[in-house]
Amino acid sequence: MEIKKDLFSPLKAWKYAFKTPVSFPMEDIKDRPRESQDNARGFHINDLSKCIGCGACAEICPTEAIVMVKRKDLEEKEGEHPERPTMDYGRCCFCAMCVDICTSGSLKMSKAYVLNTPDPQKLYVMPEESFPAPGGDILGYDKTPESDLLDLKRAEMPAVAGAQAKKSFVEILKGYSMEQARAEAARCIGCEICVKTCPANMHIPEYIDAVWQGDLAEGLAQMYKTNPLPGICGSICTHKCETVCAIGKRGEPVAIRWLKRYIVDNAPEAMYEEVLMAPVSKPGQGRVAVVGGGAAGLSASYYLRTMGYQVDLYEAKPLVGGVARYGVPAYRLPDERLNKDVELLEKIGVKFLVNTKVGQDITLDALHDQYDAVFLASGLPQSRALKLENGDHPDVRYAMPFLAAARDYQRGAGEMPDVAEKAVVIGGGNVAFDVARTILRLQQKKYGHSHVSLVSLETRDILPADLEEIEEGEAEGLRCHCGFGPQGIELFQGKIRGLNTVKCLSVFDEKRNFCPVFDPEQKGMIEGSQVYVAVGQMNEHTYFTPEHLERIALKGGKVQVDDWGQVKGAPWLFAGGDIVHGPDMIHGIADGHKAARGIDVYLQSRSETA
Amino acid sequence: MSEVKLFFGPQHPGMHGNASVHLYVEGDTVKKARLVPGMLHRGFEKSMENHTWMGNVALIPRVCVAEPDINEMVFAQGVEAIAEIDIPERAHYIRMIIMEMTRILAHMMSLGAISSPTGLYTVNHWMQADRNDMMDIFEEITGHRVYHMYIVPGGVRRELPPGIEKRILDYFTEFERRIPEYQALVFENPTILARLKDNILLPAEVVWELGVTGIGMRSAVGKPYDVRKVTPYARYDQVEFEVPVATYSDAYTRSIFKVIEIKESIRIIRQAFDMMPGGKVNVKMAAGNALKWTVPKGQTYSAVESARGEFGYYIVSDGKTQPYRIAVRGASFPQGFLGVERYMPGVRLDDAPLWYDTMGVCTPEIDR
Repeated sequence: MEIKKDLFSPLKAWKYAFKTPVSFPMEDIKDRPRESQDNARGFHINDLSKCIGCGACAEICPTEAIVMVKRKDLEEKEGEHPERPTMDYGRCCFCAMCVDICTSGSLKMSKAYVLNTPDPQKLYVMPEESFPAPGGDILGYDKTPESDLLDLKRAEMPAVAGAQAKKSFVEILKGYSMEQARAEAARCIGCEICVKTCPANMHIPEYIDAVWQGDLAEGLAQMYKTNPLPGICGSICTHKCETVCAIGKRGEPVAIRWLKRYIVDNAPEAMYEEVLMAPVSKPGQGRVAVVGGGAAGLSASYYLRTMGYQVDLYEAKPLVGGVARYGVPAYRLPDERLNKDVELLEKIGVKFLVNTKVGQDITLDALHDQYDAVFLASGLPQSRALKLENGDHPDVRYAMPFLAAARDYQRGAGEMPDVAEKAVVIGGGNVAFDVARTILRLQQKKYGHSHVSLVSLETRDILPADLEEIEEGEAEGLRCHCGFGPQGIELFQGKIRGLNTVKCLSVFDEKRNFCPVFDPEQKGMIEGSQVYVAVGQMNEHTYFTPEHLERIALKGGKVQVDDWGQVKGAPWLFAGGDIVHGPDMIHGIADGHKAARGIDVYLQSRSETA
Repeated sequence: MSEVKLFFGPQHPGMHGNASVHLYVEGDTVKKARLVPGMLHRGFEKSMENHTWMGNVALIPRVCVAEPDINEMVFAQGVEAIAEIDIPERAHYIRMIIMEMTRILAHMMSLGAISSPTGLYTVNHWMQADRNDMMDIFEEITGHRVYHMYIVPGGVRRELPPGIEKRILDYFTEFERRIPEYQALVFENPTILARLKDNILLPAEVVWELGVTGIGMRSAVGKPYDVRKVTPYARYDQVEFEVPVATYSDAYTRSIFKVIEIKESIRIIRQAFDMMPGGKVNVKMAAGNALKWTVPKGQTYSAVESARGEFGYYIVSDGKTQPYRIAVRGASFPQGFLGVERYMPGVRLDDAPLWYDTMGVCTPEIDR
């Protein structure tokens, strides 16, 4: 290698003596530091109003620099924890993984990088909209779709396609395979925001983690701690948990309900028995009567029985299950899954007294005499009527009797309900969709084609029904007329020709009270020779005698109870479920659990004082 | 004359990182050298077992401070090999650009470090100023100047910012104009040449005995052993570049090789920008969110060519969210650990820092 050697060549460097220095003066570092580049990972900034306190940032932080600190000025509310992240800049390594995993997208990084203080306490900072340092109000690093550390897309659920689905009552959703369930469970960050929102406070992160670990027994045990009907819930729960799921802030919420169903479907029988029998105590504490075999009644029976009470459950219909048995169609909840939950209750020793209507076959007072306590959960078996012109026509049908008849037909216990070739359903909730989609299937069977129109006051975007109900219904050929109010039924030669409608401009007033406003100019008629009304359910308090009603408070038809389900004015009587909270499966299960604990406390304290 | 014991490091301007070497000196000749490891030991290998696969991305760059991206690259490559992940084509090219830029940064650092033992601090000032501009470019791409945390299992963390290609290429055009100035300042300078030329020899036997790789090996035994050539990773088989070799390894050869390698790296970066396809820059390494990413059971040895030689990770996964074991093959381990004790004796005391620098030693990868 040839080497050039020149004593003078290093002196060329002198020309730089006359150029502007590229370095920065030291004294400027604190107040006027060099500006960071775009994307710089500086000190954090956090939009505190957008942040939901899920703690994913603290969870992923490799240096454990983030602590979730409770803010006293924030209220406990649904869908968030009143905590916000606080950074220890003595530990933080500015890797920005907290930013990349942030569920709400509120956490970002500013361009500030100088924090000069002799006080170590000042290194603990709860980031706010801007950081108190030069450049702290300029956005530096923010996540991009490719740097996102969350999985925003759900594992796909295998399902029967719409055109095929409407030909039978076969369950539409096929259920997750093990791979799908594990992939879905891996999306959960375990923030527990869902737990707070679930009426039953189910141990959701725990059983999702169990699915992810492949430990079904643990998942089952976690579920039965707060919910003895996971099979029913896994199919038809209103999943408030998914509505508030932190992953749902930017993507699709974790399919909590389907993961529950995965455990139920895949746990072997022996495991089921082992897990379920474990907490059951020997009977001998006392006797409790449960009125109504719906979700609330079954739930209360399970917990009362595990606590050691002898439980008799009174059911008016031939089978227990309530709405799950006589309302929800089989394509959403097949009998087998329901039977599995019910049989297990029978196995632990709950006695079912079916075809026994309290108030008719046995009085409430008789129950009071025979048992130590009574739990009332008779539900809402009646359909709410709608005042319509010609509304008393025999071809105007109501949701609850129709669904019960259709369900009986599906299990081979009754005749096929007579459905017309063209039918109109009034209502926008899940029950209306159940009715409409059941009619579709019956029509398909009877005529080979279907024609059902659904009329609702609400427009499609604010329909109270679940989105998947709407989408599946539409895929099956349901004609939705959203945003119309029913006016009257048009008759022709004594038969129904159709439903007269009028455009609905708004459903609620400013205070969110129900107060529909119609535009009388925009009229229309929807064809159909039968009209089904599905605008809500009502209770049936036939078992309350006038003496009861003197002591027991009813408000808007709802039984008034305390936090433990104890009826005000009758300490031996507890109530829960739809007659207390309105129609909702998971609320019923939660009420059953609460009332069981309430009854236990009541009976224990009574025996102590006696 | 009696023997004097001197402490070279851990705090010493000529020391790279915080290694400590006890020198036993007679006159101004080193008679005995003892490396005292542990001054920089932070238990990285053990710590890696306690971090999630993604959390490790924030930890591993620290294994070599001057050239952090090699850690990210071997880690990402290893994980991809165990999990059998195919990453998008564009990610390979971005990785290659990042790897070459970081190689240049490391070479500039060690060329600048010639300055303090030879007494010409201007070199270091220039090199640091030029490095500063490059680190600004890194800050724009990755968000940080030193620990980039950019190459992740599955690709790279995010897309290149718009307009960065021009900024990088403009920088190198300017830097290439500066290379002759560096040449004039350092390699034509008789005072520095007197210290480098025919001084601090690395004989071929030592290379074979210790397992020295990288510039040290190539300059001593004349074999173009370069991981980029022998087992090409990323897309090094798609680009053209030369690997300089020689059969006489003195401090001068090893230093001038760094200049040649910088030029070759710039050539690779230009080709990579020309050939880089569009499309995605990463795939998710596993299902779910980063807290629950797992890597299937398996083990692998993954290696890249660092500025100092073959740098590798041996990764074992037991199928959980954290690695079971990671062992680091530090590129400078042979010369920096064994070599100091065996082959530093004989050099003059004032050449000890030069020995350390030109042999290519990065202390944290020994003291991991």
